[in-house]
Amino acid sequence: MNPHQRSWFVRLATILVYFFLYAPIVILILFAFNASRTNITFQGFIPYGERVVMEGSLVRASPCGPFHWFCELAKNREVMHAARNTLTIAFTSTLISTIIGTMAALALQRYEFRLKTFSQISLYIPIVIPEIVMGIGILVLFTQLFSLLNSLLGLSGDARLSLGLGTVTASHIAFSIPFVTLVVQARLHGFDKSYEEAAMDLGANEWVTFWRVTFPMILPGVLSGALLAFTLSLDDFVITFFTTGPGATTLPIYVYGLLRRIITPQVNALSALWVSVVFLAVLAIQRLENRQG
Amino acid sequence: MLRALRENRPLQGFLLILPTLVFMVGLLIVPLTLTLVVSFGRRSPDGGVIFTFSLDNYLRLLGYERNCPSGEAVCFNPLYLQILWRSITLAFNTTVLVIVLAYPLAYYIARAPARWRTALLFMVLVPMWTNFVIRVYAWMMLLRKEGIINLALGWMARQLGIPFQPLEMLYTPGAVLVGMVYEFLPFMILPIYTSLEKIDLSLYEAAADLGANPWRTFLRVTLPLSMPGVVAGTILVFVPVMGTFVVSDLLGGRQVVLVGNLIQRQFLDARDAPFGSAASLVLMVMTLVVTYFYTRKFGFGEEIVKA
Repeated sequence: MNPHQRSWFVRLATILVYFFLYAPIVILILFAFNASRTNITFQGFIPYGERVVMEGSLVRASPCGPFHWFCELAKNREVMHAARNTLTIAFTSTLISTIIGTMAALALQRYEFRLKTFSQISLYIPIVIPEIVMGIGILVLFTQLFSLLNSLLGLSGDARLSLGLGTVTASHIAFSIPFVTLVVQARLHGFDKSYEEAAMDLGANEWVTFWRVTFPMILPGVLSGALLAFTLSLDDFVITFFTTGPGATTLPIYVYGLLRRIITPQVNALSALWVSVVFLAVLAIQRLENRQG
Repeated sequence: MLRALRENRPLQGFLLILPTLVFMVGLLIVPLTLTLVVSFGRRSPDGGVIFTFSLDNYLRLLGYERNCPSGEAVCFNPLYLQILWRSITLAFNTTVLVIVLAYPLAYYIARAPARWRTALLFMVLVPMWTNFVIRVYAWMMLLRKEGIINLALGWMARQLGIPFQPLEMLYTPGAVLVGMVYEFLPFMILPIYTSLEKIDLSLYEAAADLGANPWRTFLRVTLPLSMPGVVAGTILVFVPVMGTFVVSDLLGGRQVVLVGNLIQRQFLDARDAPFGSAASLVLMVMTLVVTYFYTRKFGFGEEIVKA
């Protein structure tokens, strides 16, 4: 039916590009099972044993067997702390940005009001400027604001306002809102206003109409928006890097800090877990989208 | 009062958008304005900001340095211009390479049977959503002196009986280019796929009926109709490459300094927020100008939103 479908060139290129995309990830995961602690060359898998047996930089046996480095990871306090921070930030920012973003989508799609154009444009800005510019802006704002407030209120020691979980979460909410709004707006755009008008004609007020008619129809859009916000937050490096402070390290920041110093199979174990989580999340998103038709 | 709210739709709309406006103004517009104000300031000896109005930071980016080592009042130092130029050429090269790699794959997915398409797209999304830093790490492992690539090359050389020295691939400009291409490839595949998938297949039959060969059909039908996807992908790739500092930091070491690294170092090492702010704004203006002219020339599809 179409001229290029069987072209050997397209096929070959496709195979090579998929290979390019996956070879690094496969090797990354393979090295999470490496018996060598220095993780320079692959020294085989780790056999099961009652205790951890080390021989130089080689692990000869471990109660966790090939999953030795995953067990070590679970014992690593810094990693667990960073994982907790990452999830706290992601859940909080997803919840808030989904609510706020959905409200914005309703406003932009169903209402006329002052500042509408301004709102629409401001929602596009985070998408078209480099992330570092937004990160730097927020950093400049918080450092100036906090130093002003600290001196005005005479705060000292631990009471001083500083960068931390709060500033990271607020920034994540700010960069997620535009994406949630876009996704929900697309969904609202797709369906007919007449359902809502029918409900109103039948005597339902706006509140009832929203919860009984509008909300069930946009729910898949709201859920995709929430999943997107969650993934963006989990994944964010740049904005977190500039808005985080002591005690508020997230996983990507932790990994980055580690990579500048040492390379250990623990990072590979963490990466392998991360890829598996992404795998499941993408699967969930695709299911959701397919159900939306 | 509630009744007034119930009847006033503009007010309802405004109340719905209000929280968004609070965040967008508070954490986007105010910060950008403040960055502009700070960029006209000067660094204080303790790393703070002295608010003045001077264009020194921008002049410094253009190469006019004060406090020269030679003792002159003003001297020319092209360091920052070189960094800006390096960032632009790298972003350009990355974008071109990414288009070349993404196009055939996007084409293959768009023309695959419907039941395969979801799986093929899935295979693009997984690397795309795997954390940025983790993907850079994967390339650190591959490109190291003792990494897999050198190992494979060494093995091949031994088989052929050629003497082999492990190549120094990590911490070179080439490593940064490969890393950037790897990071941003999926962001080009998706929009091109979206625009290719929309093409009506009967256009191909028409082209074939009119005697066009496959190559001609590609140039006259497929390529023009997929341009919105290429344009959207270019923006999704070019803009972040211009601002990224992680790839160059981890794969380029101290060898490859881009605008992103310059900005990051001003804030974290040099503690010169005014100069860093100026660099950040120059970066923003450069990307906005490129985006603006590029979209005006080629049009703007909805692909960018879909991706």
